[in-house]
Amino acid sequence: MTMPQLEHGDAGPAGDVMQTHVERAPAAKTAGERVVVLEAGRAESNYWRDLWNYRELFLILAWRDVAVRYKQTAIGVAWAVIRPLTTMVIFTIIFGRLAKLPSEGATPYPILVLAGMLPWFLFSSILGDASSSLIGNANLIGKVYFPRIILPASTAVVALVDLAINLVVLLTLMAFYGFLPGWRIALLPAFIAFAVVASLGPALLTAALNVKYRDFRFIMPFLLQIGLYVSPVGFSSSVVPDGWRLLYSLNPVVGVIDGFRWCLLGGESPLYIPGFVGSCVVAGLLAWLGVAYFRKVERTFADVI
Amino acid sequence: MIRADGLGKAYMIGHAVERDRYVALRDVLAGAARAAIGRIRDPARGPGVSGGESIEAFWALKDVSFEVRRGEVLGIVGRNGAGKSTLLKVLSRITEPTRGRVEIRGRLASLLEVGTGFHPELTGRENIFLNGAILGMTRAEIRRKFDEIVAFAEVEKFLDTPVKRYSSGMYVRLAFAVAAHLEPEILVVDEVLSVGDAEFQKKCLGKMQDVAGHGRTVLFVSHNLSSVRSLCNRATMLDRGRVAYNGGVEDTLANYLAEMKTTHMACDDLGARPREGHFGERGRILGVKINSDQALAHGLPAEFEISYSVQSPIEGIAFSLGFSTPDGAKVMCIDTDIPGPRFRLRPTKQSKVRVSIDRMHLAPTEYILSAAIRSGDNFLIDYIPDALSVTVMPSAKTPAVIALRTTGHGGVRYPCSTEVNVPASLNDAVRNDQ
Repeated sequence: MTMPQLEHGDAGPAGDVMQTHVERAPAAKTAGERVVVLEAGRAESNYWRDLWNYRELFLILAWRDVAVRYKQTAIGVAWAVIRPLTTMVIFTIIFGRLAKLPSEGATPYPILVLAGMLPWFLFSSILGDASSSLIGNANLIGKVYFPRIILPASTAVVALVDLAINLVVLLTLMAFYGFLPGWRIALLPAFIAFAVVASLGPALLTAALNVKYRDFRFIMPFLLQIGLYVSPVGFSSSVVPDGWRLLYSLNPVVGVIDGFRWCLLGGESPLYIPGFVGSCVVAGLLAWLGVAYFRKVERTFADVI
Repeated sequence: MIRADGLGKAYMIGHAVERDRYVALRDVLAGAARAAIGRIRDPARGPGVSGGESIEAFWALKDVSFEVRRGEVLGIVGRNGAGKSTLLKVLSRITEPTRGRVEIRGRLASLLEVGTGFHPELTGRENIFLNGAILGMTRAEIRRKFDEIVAFAEVEKFLDTPVKRYSSGMYVRLAFAVAAHLEPEILVVDEVLSVGDAEFQKKCLGKMQDVAGHGRTVLFVSHNLSSVRSLCNRATMLDRGRVAYNGGVEDTLANYLAEMKTTHMACDDLGARPREGHFGERGRILGVKINSDQALAHGLPAEFEISYSVQSPIEGIAFSLGFSTPDGAKVMCIDTDIPGPRFRLRPTKQSKVRVSIDRMHLAPTEYILSAAIRSGDNFLIDYIPDALSVTVMPSAKTPAVIALRTTGHGGVRYPCSTEVNVPASLNDAVRNDQ
C-alpha cells in the first residue's frame, strides 16, 4: 500500500521529504548546489537567470493586479472602454472638427485618434502604475526577497490586458467605418513589444526615484498630462513641419504611435523612417538607463521604503 | 548551510530630518541651492551638509560571524533592538550587508511575517496561491499541498470568500497554514508562532518541530524562550548588534536571562530609534532609567527617570509607562496625570522627569516596558512600544512560592485582608483546622 502514496508525494511530512530529496539530490550533484553569496556592493552575477527563476511570481503578481482591478467594479471591463472612447470623441471634435487638422490619407478621424490613443494609454498606464508599484507594495519589499524589477514590470501585463480590450473596440469601430487594416496588422505584436520597452525604461527610472523622492507621485500625473498633448495622440505626426520632425521624434512615444498607426491604418499612414529610428534609439537608451539605475538602487529599497 | 563572516549593517540616521525616512526632492534641491548660495557667500566654509542635518551611522549589526550546518536548528535570542530582525533581513536578501559576507548553500525561504502579500479582495483560494508564490513556492508545489493547507487552516467552507470577510482568527490560520507548508532547504523564521489562539499556536509549534525534525536547516528568532527550548538544538544570543554568546540552547538561554537581569536598567539610545508616523516630531523620548540602575524588585518602591527633548512648545502633557508580558499583553500602566497635573513643555534639548511608585506589584519575571508622551486624553506625541526589556526581581518581601516559580501566579499579586466569620461552611472549615 505504500506505492500509491509515494507516487502522489503527499503522504504526510515523511513522504514529502523523501520526495524532495529524491528530486534535488541529483541536481545538487550535477549542477552544483545553489550557492548565494551576500556582500556589500556585490553585483548579482546571474541577475537575469535569477529573474527567470522568479517568473512564476511575476505572473502571479500580474494576475493579482488584473484580478483586483476588475473585482468589485460595478461595470468592470467597461472602464477600460469608456476612458479611451470619451477621450477619442473629445479629441475628434477638438482636433478634427474645430481645429480642422488633416487626417492620414482617407482615414476617418475617429480611427486616427483611437489608433494613437491605444499606444498612448498603454504607455501612460505602464508609466503611471509602475511608478507607484514599489511604494504600493512596500510591505512585500520589506518582508520578502525577489528581484524588485518584477513589480514595475508586472504592471505592464495589466496595461496589456486593457490594450487587448481596446483593440477590440478599435476593430469594431473600423468595421463600422468599413475601414480594413490590411496585412500590416500582423506586425502589431512587434510594435506592442516596442511600446512596452519604451514605457518600461522611463517607468523603471520613476519607480526607483519614487522610492527615494516621494515628490514623484505629484510630478507623474502632471508629466503624463503634458505627454498626452505633446505626443501625436489627437493629431497625426505628419502635421509637424518636416524640418522639425526628426527632433519631434526624439520623444519615443512618437515612434510608438506612428508605428501603431502604420500597422493599423493599412498604408494610409506611411512611416517616417529617420524619425522612427530616432525614437527607437531614445527608447533603447532610456530602457538601458532605467534598468541600470534600477539595478543600482534596488538593493537599498528595503532600507528607505 | 550558512556561513557569515564579519557581518555588519549600518543605517544612516539624519538627526534633523527624522520624521520621514524618505527624502523629498524639494528638500534636496533646496539644500543644494542653500549650499550653493552659502559657498558663494562664504567660500571658506566648504561644502555644507544638506539642510543642516547631521548624519550618523547606526550599526544594527556589527562584526557578526557564525555558522549553521545542514540540519541544525539555530535559535537567535536577544532583547528588542539587538539586531535579530536585521540579521534575518540580511540573510533573506531583503537588505544588503554594509560589511562582511554571507554564504548560503541551498534554497532559502524566509518567514518574517505571516500573510505577507495577502490581498483582502481576493478569495482564500486565490490568496493561497498568491502568498505561496511570494514565499517562494512553485505553482506545482502549492497545488500538490493545497488540500493539506486548507485542512490545516480549517477554512474549507470559506475558500471562495474574499479574505476581507474572514475573522482575524481565520485569516491568521490561513496565513500560517501556507507558511507552514514551505519546504525549503533553509528556513528563516521570525517570531511567527505568536499568532492565533493557544490551541492553534500549539499546532504551529508541532508543525515547526516537524519541519525541524526532518533534517532541514532552520534559523529561528523568538522571544518565547520555551519555543526556542523545544525547537532548537543550538542558540546564539545577540546584544547591540554583536554576537554575545553562541552555544548550546540551555547555556545561551541562561546567559540571556542573566543578562536581562543584571544590566540595562537604563537605555539612552531611544532618541535614535525609528518611530512610526508622526511620533517624536514635537517631543521625543531620549531614554529611560530605572531605579538609578538598581534592580527593580517586587514589593519595593520603584523610580523611573524619563529623559526627553521638546522641539516645539506642547501643552497638556503627561508621561506614560506601560509594562507588557513578552507576548504582548499590557499588564500595568503608570500615567503621570492619573492622578496628577499635566505639564506645559517648552523646547529643550534634554530634560528629565522622575516618576515614582510606592511599591512594585508586578510578579517577578520579564516584562517589556513601553514609554509615551501624551497630550490631552489620547493624543500621542511620542510612543516607543518596546523601549526596554526589564526583569522584576524577587525581594525579601516576595513570598517564596512566587519567587521560585514564575508561571501560574498571574501578573499582579495584591495584598488582601480576610475575615473568617461570614459563610458558615468556611467557618466550619476553620474550626476543623484548629
